[in-house]
This record gives sequence, C-alpha cells and structure tokens, in this order.
Amino acid sequence: MTGTLLSISGLTKAYPGVVANDTVSFDIGEGEVHALLGENGAGKSTLVKMIYGLVKPDSGTMTWKGQPFTPPEPKAARAAGVAMVFQHFSLFDALNVAENVALGMEDPPQMGDLARRIREVSETYGLPLDPNRTVGDLSAGERQRVEIIRCLLQDPKLLIMDEPTSVLTPQEVEILFETLNKLKAEGTSILYISHKLEEIRTLCDHATILRLGKNVGECVPAETSARDMAELMVGDTLQTPTRTTEKKGEVVLDVSGLSLEPSNPFGTTLKNIHFTVRAGEILGLGGVAGNGQDELLAALSGETPTWPDAIKVKGNEVGNLGPNARRGLGILAAPEERLGHAAAPDMSLTENALLTGAIRENLTSNGFVNWSGTVEFAENIIKTFDVRTPGPHVAARALSGGNLQKFVVGREVLQRPEVLVVNQPTWGVDAAAAAAIRQALLDLAANGAAIIVISQDLDELMEISDRFGALNEGRLSDIRPAAGLSIDEIGLMMGGAHGMEVAHVGETEGASA
Amino acid sequence: MIALEKRPMPSRTLSMATPLIAVVITMIAGGLLFAALGKNPFEAIRTIFWDPIFGEFAFYYRPQLLVKGAPLVLIAIGLSLGFKAGIWNIGAEGQYIMGAICGAGVGLAFYPTESILIFPLMILAGALGGWAWAMIPALLKVKFGTNEILVSLMLVYVAEQLLASMSLGLLKNPDGHGFPGSRNLNDYPSATSWINEAAGLHWGMAFAFIAVIFSYVLLNRHILGFNIRLTGEAPRAARFSGVNPTRLILFCLGASGALAGLAGLFEISGPSGQVSIDFNVGYGFTAIIVAFLGRLHPVGILLAGLLMALTYIGGEIAQGNLGLPSSAIQVFQGMLLFFLLALDLLTNYRVKFTVKGTA
Amino acid sequence: MDLSAINPVLLIASLMVAATPLLLAAIGELVVEKAGVLNLGVEGMMIVGAISGFAISVETGSPILGLVAAMIGGAVLSLLFAFLTQFALANQVASGLALTLFGLGLSALMGQSYVGIKPPAMAKLDIPVISDIPVIGPILFSHDPVLYIGIALIAAVWAMLKFSRAGLILRAVGESHDAAHALGYNVIRVRILAIMFGGACAGLGGAYISLIRVPQWTEGMTAGIGWIALALVVFASWKPWRVLLGAYLFGGINVLQLNLQAAGIAIPVEYLAMSPYLITILVLVIMSADKSGAPASLGRTFHASQ
Repeated sequence: MTGTLLSISGLTKAYPGVVANDTVSFDIGEGEVHALLGENGAGKSTLVKMIYGLVKPDSGTMTWKGQPFTPPEPKAARAAGVAMVFQHFSLFDALNVAENVALGMEDPPQMGDLARRIREVSETYGLPLDPNRTVGDLSAGERQRVEIIRCLLQDPKLLIMDEPTSVLTPQEVEILFETLNKLKAEGTSILYISHKLEEIRTLCDHATILRLGKNVGECVPAETSARDMAELMVGDTLQTPTRTTEKKGEVVLDVSGLSLEPSNPFGTTLKNIHFTVRAGEILGLGGVAGNGQDELLAALSGETPTWPDAIKVKGNEVGNLGPNARRGLGILAAPEERLGHAAAPDMSLTENALLTGAIRENLTSNGFVNWSGTVEFAENIIKTFDVRTPGPHVAARALSGGNLQKFVVGREVLQRPEVLVVNQPTWGVDAAAAAAIRQALLDLAANGAAIIVISQDLDELMEISDRFGALNEGRLSDIRPAAGLSIDEIGLMMGGAHGMEVAHVGETEGASA
Repeated sequence: MIALEKRPMPSRTLSMATPLIAVVITMIAGGLLFAALGKNPFEAIRTIFWDPIFGEFAFYYRPQLLVKGAPLVLIAIGLSLGFKAGIWNIGAEGQYIMGAICGAGVGLAFYPTESILIFPLMILAGALGGWAWAMIPALLKVKFGTNEILVSLMLVYVAEQLLASMSLGLLKNPDGHGFPGSRNLNDYPSATSWINEAAGLHWGMAFAFIAVIFSYVLLNRHILGFNIRLTGEAPRAARFSGVNPTRLILFCLGASGALAGLAGLFEISGPSGQVSIDFNVGYGFTAIIVAFLGRLHPVGILLAGLLMALTYIGGEIAQGNLGLPSSAIQVFQGMLLFFLLALDLLTNYRVKFTVKGTA
Repeated sequence: MDLSAINPVLLIASLMVAATPLLLAAIGELVVEKAGVLNLGVEGMMIVGAISGFAISVETGSPILGLVAAMIGGAVLSLLFAFLTQFALANQVASGLALTLFGLGLSALMGQSYVGIKPPAMAKLDIPVISDIPVIGPILFSHDPVLYIGIALIAAVWAMLKFSRAGLILRAVGESHDAAHALGYNVIRVRILAIMFGGACAGLGGAYISLIRVPQWTEGMTAGIGWIALALVVFASWKPWRVLLGAYLFGGINVLQLNLQAAGIAIPVEYLAMSPYLITILVLVIMSADKSGAPASLGRTFHASQ
C-alpha cells in the first residue's frame, strides 16, 4: 500500500424518513481490498452509489488522490477510474456480451476489436466468456463475469463490488477471489461490499462497518473474529434459532418426474425433478439464482400447472390443480419477489391478506368478501409476526422489506399449511427479522408441516434444513442429510465451478504481468 | 429544482380532488382556447356549463343530460372493469355499433308485429351483439396473445363499414323511397326504448344506474372485483393468488362489450331511432375519457358521464349561439383527459421544490 | 366489372404511394418502441401533421415548408405525450389514447377553414430518360421525393440501430431502463428524443396524405392509418426492413381494394373497404406468437428513485 486512493469524509445522504448515510468517513488505500460491512438497510448501497456518481451526497466530501471528487454522473466517476459490479446486475438480457460491455464503457472500440479484447481479458483473468452470446442465456455466474470484464476493460483504479458472491457457488467464489487478489497485486483497489463475514476475513485488508447509516467501527478482518464483527454489524447479540423435535412423519409431498418448460424466454426449464418431503421435515434447496428456483416454486404453488401425477400430496395427484385448489388441500407458498408477486404493492395489507387467505380462512361466501373477517386475519398476522406498521389499512409498499417479508411468510404460516414452500424467506431482511422468520418455519415443522425452503443463503439452509439438495440448470441434485455436509460437497451439488478451471488463473499470471 | 418523491400510500384525498382540479384547469385552458377563437371565454364557459342546467331553456336541456349521459356511463362502466385489470378495450365504439345493429335487426325482423316480448329480445340481441364483437379481441388475445388494443380498434372501422352496409342494404327501409337508413324504431311501439319521450326517459338510463350499482358491488364486495383490481395492480401476484387470466380477460372484455352493445341498442331504439350511416357519434371513445375522469370508480363514472354529457349539450348550444365549432368541444374533452393524467401524478407522488445548493 | 381496367404498373406505383404514410408513421413508432415507450397517439399525431402541413403549405405556397411544419406539428404534439409519460409518469396507454382523441379534435378545429381547398402540388421526381423507361420508370423513378425519403429513413434507422452507439443506447434503454440508468444513461432524455422523432415521422406521414396522396383536407382523413402503423410495428417484429415490407403489403391491399371498387367487382364496397382492417387483425394474429423483438421495458414507466 503506497497511499490513499479515495478518502471519504463526513458523507451524509438523507431520504424522506430515513438517513441512509450519516457522516460516514473512511479511506481506501491504493492496492487495498477494503470491506464495507453491514446488514441490509445499513446504507452500503447508497454509499457506493455516491462514489459512482449515481446519487449526490447532501453533505460531506470525497477526495480522489488528494483532489476533490464530486462525480456528477457515472460517466465522470468512470473517467476517474471507478468501476462497479452491481448487485442487481446492470445487464441487458436481449443484447449480447460485447454490446453489454460496450454500454459500460466511455469510448468502446469497434465491435470486432472489443470482442477480441473481451476474449483476451477473460482468458487473462480466468473468466471464460463468449462475446457473441446473448446475455439472457447466461448463468448468474457468467453474467457477473460480463460485469467484471466490463470493469476490467477500463483499467479501473477502484473496483466496487456489491455483494458479488451471492450468485456464485463456493467454487466460483474461490475463482473470483483469485481474480480479485490478482487485481490487487496489480495495484487496483477494491471496495468489497458484503455481509458475509468469513469472506471478508479471507479477502479483505481492512473493513468499515456500517449500521443504520452510521460508521460504527473499523477493523482488520484477519485479526478480528467473525463474532465480533457480527456484533458490531448487528449491534446486538444474535439469537440462533432453536429446534425442538427430531421426529419425522409420513411422506406428505411427493414430486416425481417434474419437467416444465419456462413461461418466459429467459426462464429455466425444469428437468425431471424428484424429491419427497415428510411431515415435520424441512428440505433446504440451494443453488445459484436463476437455476429454476422461481419455476419450481410456481410448479409447486400451482401457478404453472403440470401433469397430475408429477406432484402428489398425501397420495393425491395435484399437479394439474391451480393455486386455490392446492390451498384447499393445504399446499401454501411464499414467492421470492415480495412486491408484485407475493404481495400487490399498492393494495392494503388487508387486501393482501385476502390475496392468499380467501380459501383457507373462509373469507368469502358465494364470492362475496367478508371484509371484517379479512381485517381480523390481517391484524392477526401483524400481531403474531410483529409486523411494524400502523395498521392493516397501510399499503404493502409502505412497509420495509423485513416487515413485509414477515407479513408474507406469516400470512401462509397462520393458515396452517400441510406443505409450505418458501423462496428466499429472509432475502434483504435484517438479522432480527430473519431469525424470527426462521424460527417460525422451524416451529411450523415441529407442528408437523412439510416445508421446503429455497434459498441462496447456504448458512441459512444449513441452519434450518434436515435435508439438503441444490438446483443447477433446472436439475435437482441428490437430496442428502444436511448435517455433516462440507462446503465443498455443497458446492459440487450446486454445479461446481460451472466448467471453469481453477488452475487457469495461476498459469497465465506470468504472461499478463 | 423539482423532485418527485413516491408517497408510501396513494393519497385518497387527492385521488378524489384531482378530477375536480382537472376540470377547473380545463375550463381555464378552454377559456383561453375560446378566446383564441375570438369568442368571449366567460360567455362560452357559461354557455357550456351553466346554461344547460340553469339557463332559460334548462327545462329542455336537463333531460338531455340523461339522454347523452346514459350511453356514456353504460359504456364507461364496462370499460372501467377492463381498464382496472389492465385490459384495454378501446373499440367500444364498434361494440356500440354492433349492439345497435343486432338489436335493431331483431326489432325490425318482427315489424310490424306488436308484442311485449320484442323489446326484451332486442335488449338481449343488443347485449349479445356487443359481447360477440368484444369476444373477437378477447379470444384472439387468449388464444394467440394478440394485442387487444389494436384488434378492438380495427374492429371499430369494420363495424362502421358494416353499419354502412346495413343501412344501405339489409336493414334499409323498404318504404323509404330509396333513402339510406332503416325504418324509424320510434314509430314502432314494441321496439322503442323510450319510457316517456316527452320527459326524456328511456330504458338506457335505468340500465346505466343498474350498471353503476352492479359494478360498485362487484368491485367492492365480490372476489371477482377484487381479482380484477389485483390483476391490474400486480399481474404476477394475481396469478399467484389463483386468478385465471384467461377467464378474467374473457369476462372483462365480454362485459364491456355487452354494456357497449346495450348502450347502442338503447340509443338506436330511442334517441337516434334508425340504423343509418352516421348513427355513431363517438360515444365509445368519449366513454374512455369518462372512465378515466371518473377514476374508474362507478360513482365517479356516473358523475363524469353527466359532466361529459353537459359538455356535449353545452357545446351544441355554444355552437348555435356563439358559433363555436363543434370540434372545439372535442379539443376541450381531450384537454380534460390530458390534465387529469398529468395531475394523477399528485396522488402517487409528492412534488418537492428544492433550492439547489442548500445542501 | 372490368378487371382489365387495372393497370399493374400503375398499381405498383400507387401502392408505393399508399404505403408511404404508413411506412413513415411506423418507422417513427418503431424507434419509440425500441426506446421502451408505447405511444398509442400515432393517429393523433398523424392527423395533426396532416393539417399543420396542409395549412402551412396553403398559406406559404410551399409544399416543402408544409412538410417541415407537419414534422414540427407532430413532434410538438408528441411532446405532450412525453411530458405526461416521462415527467408526470402517467400510464402510457391512457396518455396515447388521450393524444389521439385530442389530436383528432385539434386537427378538426385547425382545419375548419381549409376544407375544400387544393394545396400546392409537390413536384415529382422526373429524371429525363430514366423516368421514361417503360415499367421500371413509372414504378421506381417518377415519385415525389418524400417517398424516397421514407425508404431512406428505413435504411437510416436500421443502420442506426444496428451499428451506431446511439442505436445501442436506444436499445439498451428500451431493454432495461433500470440497468441503463445504473450505467449513467439519461433514460428520460433518450426517450423524449425518441418520442419526438416518432412524432415528427407521424406528422410527416400525415402530411403525405393531405398534401400528396389525396391531396386535400377532410376531417379524420387518416382513417386509422396511425393505428395500422402501430400494428405494423408488431408485424415487423420491431425490425426496420420488415416495416418496409409490411407497409408495401398493406399499401398493396389498400390500392387493390380501391381498384376493385373502381372496377365494380361484385363484392359490396363496404366489405372491400373493411378489408385492410381485417387483414391487419389477421396479420396481428399470425405475428403475435413472435414477441422476440419486443423491447423488454415496453410500456413500463420509469422513475429513478433513490
């Protein structure tokens, strides 16, 4: 480390009702991997958007190599040498890799030259990528490579990575870290945003911890225990969920030979999926996003009906039934996307309670809605699951992510499901709410429900699942008992490194230097 | 600098106030327009909005309000169901024509038999005609994913040609000395929709009121109405909830087609009287404005329909008294929709004025 | 009935004329839709273009000025739509409808004193020798300049979308406005420019009808061509050259049915007159299976929040 590349001092940004960043200060040295650590909603994204010129700070200053740095737009930030890999990718599905890369560059060369350079860089850094492929057809890991290569082609001084590993298998994470270490060796600084503590301990030289928009501490991750960092991040001691029962009952859900074409052109085809879930059991399904999770949930919830015998519940064929008929039989689901899928954003919580509760809670008679009963049901969810809101008349979009998630999961849990399928139950939810949701799922299983938890958070799955399987390109791996699975085994179940050779980076290191 | 900030919840007060503000702004802008046309703006506005209800000849114009308002309300109620669900039937004009042709056709087929059953049969035929015409875009959308906006609109032109063909051919008055147009249904007591022509009351008004009440109950009390709203707000959530999109499309387009067909039937067997080339005057399109102005809410639509009828009647008076061109009223109605859509922003967003550099 | 009265050379030449307004409006709308905006106001912008162009060329005596005025008229009207959808975040379907309803009224108002007037004629391309070549001459080389501009516009839009950076940005904005915004592109600006281009093209197409094809002014004279142009974009799967193909197809049908009417064929006039609309529906049905060219953000409202 030779000097300070970017110095941030007293940066503040307020949005209506929330101060996203409150006088945040830290320095990033040249060639340093700096971690920005914090829970969802701690203000990490806002902070990097200010560095990238997407958001203007209310007050505070930034200096870049000693000069004042106030990028009015991303173009200016890129010109200075800031590059960013987005958490929710900034990619265009219908365009090809080269076009996507060109869109992120200031002065892209001719398409032919660009394609050649993409190949060069992708080989140098061990990130194989075909410039002519359509991005919509790529896997999540490959899509991230497009973003990284887009950044690398601009010789960035500072590379910002926003939760890069959430879409990778453990093996792919390893490759990514090699790439990042190589960049670091070349003198590039990296601002690494994550809430995964072990990663930060492995990779980062320095860490800044944010909580509720405030800078609450700095540390050298390698010298700090994960537990200490976690407590700085959460500001509280964490409760781990408790499990009470080990007894498993009869097979409740039996999926066999489930194959399904996707409804949208860039969706994933489900290929011959088999599994069973017993009463009282939690089956955890891991896998990188976009490998068939949404499609599997849709097939189980009844949104996309399939062959009758592909899905059986207690021996009854239900594969061809719609969502309401399945609800009648006790099969409930909570999709990943809260706003727009699990809940209607502009409708009140009462109306959102009716959205799935009409059948099992007997909220209609002859088609006429019993609104007072619906309000009661909504209030019950709010009370039981500690949803922080003024009342059931509030629109769903007015709730924070964690509160809405509690509402969405609570809505299904309270309907006494026999089978419950949840996708990403704690995605974007703060630690306390996540713990509450996991506990609710465990309790539900203890009471004899069969539960499927689809998630990309492996720690979560290991914590609550009895058995574990992984989705990879629409196929389901063998299902294995969760206890005792090693991270390598899990990674291989998720599809390993998706055809990338780990050794590649090492081999070409000398050539490019 | 002006910044927009999304409200956590849509403002209910503004949702009700914005149509009124839009009307006021349109009056001002319309006044300017009339002034530009060399008319006294105050006189023009008074002629359009005041005279029909409180002027010297109000006794004549007031019933006209219902005569013009009824088809608008009837059609707009149907359209609002689809619009709420994000299903865009903009070919109500065509369904209106088809309802009129079918209804009148049934009536004329019985001529000169007198029976109490003829008019109910005509109502049925009118509703069926409009329904069937709307089923074309509906089925094409359901089966092939064809855009219902374009298909329903194309069918307006087709219906207009059919109307011309009918009034010159099949339904032409055999005793009409070769003039185009059918027999006048007003001269056929079993087939007229007038309850009391002198008072300006016809069955269309009764049906419009029933439609308003029915739609109110449907949207606020029934699960089908909830599903319609849900589909419009969040289509994916609707499918997750168990709404069958196919059935919903068929219902919404079918209902709006049937109501437009009814409006056509009541018009042709009442105020208009005969199948003729210039039978349709654009109610099917104006009803789109009515539906939006009424906020897609049944009661709102009732009020908006009456207001729009007022502009029609007032426009006619202004045309006669002040020489205001009839198209000026069309512009006026178009402006109203513009201002309404622009003001809609306020219900969902807060507008914040910030001075640059204070940060 | 006398089908021999139909001259195939004149038929082809006139189908090119009949196709041009459609082609102009459709290529403009294609650009708008590629930017992710669905403007249903094409009919309104066309008719306002038709009367603006007509009025200005009558007043100035110059058809060229008229055409320019038509483009300005269409573009100005489209700015209303741009304001509603891009700043006031209004629903695009409703705003487009409003534009059409408003445009139809406005044009009628503007055109009151122009009914029954003949506009100054637009000179036709008349290259000695080449224009006199039999068959090819009348078909290819003796039209008004706007017709060629229309074809050139198709080529230009195709090249822009395929090869230029501006085209890439336009497609990116239409594909995912959020991603384009995250990369620092000004989504609103790109869309407004596209909307204005669409307005200018529609205006020009309208004026082509009132100044060259017909040429006179009557209320509502666009008679649904704006709507057919919208269908044409779907038919073309958002590909420029297919717009040309589709426009000529529709132009051909229209000219053919007019010719058949004139020839006194046994089919009633009304049924011939409805044929272009029925064929539009048919084509929509056939083409709606293929939505691969449709921009992913089409019709969605963009607001850069936080």
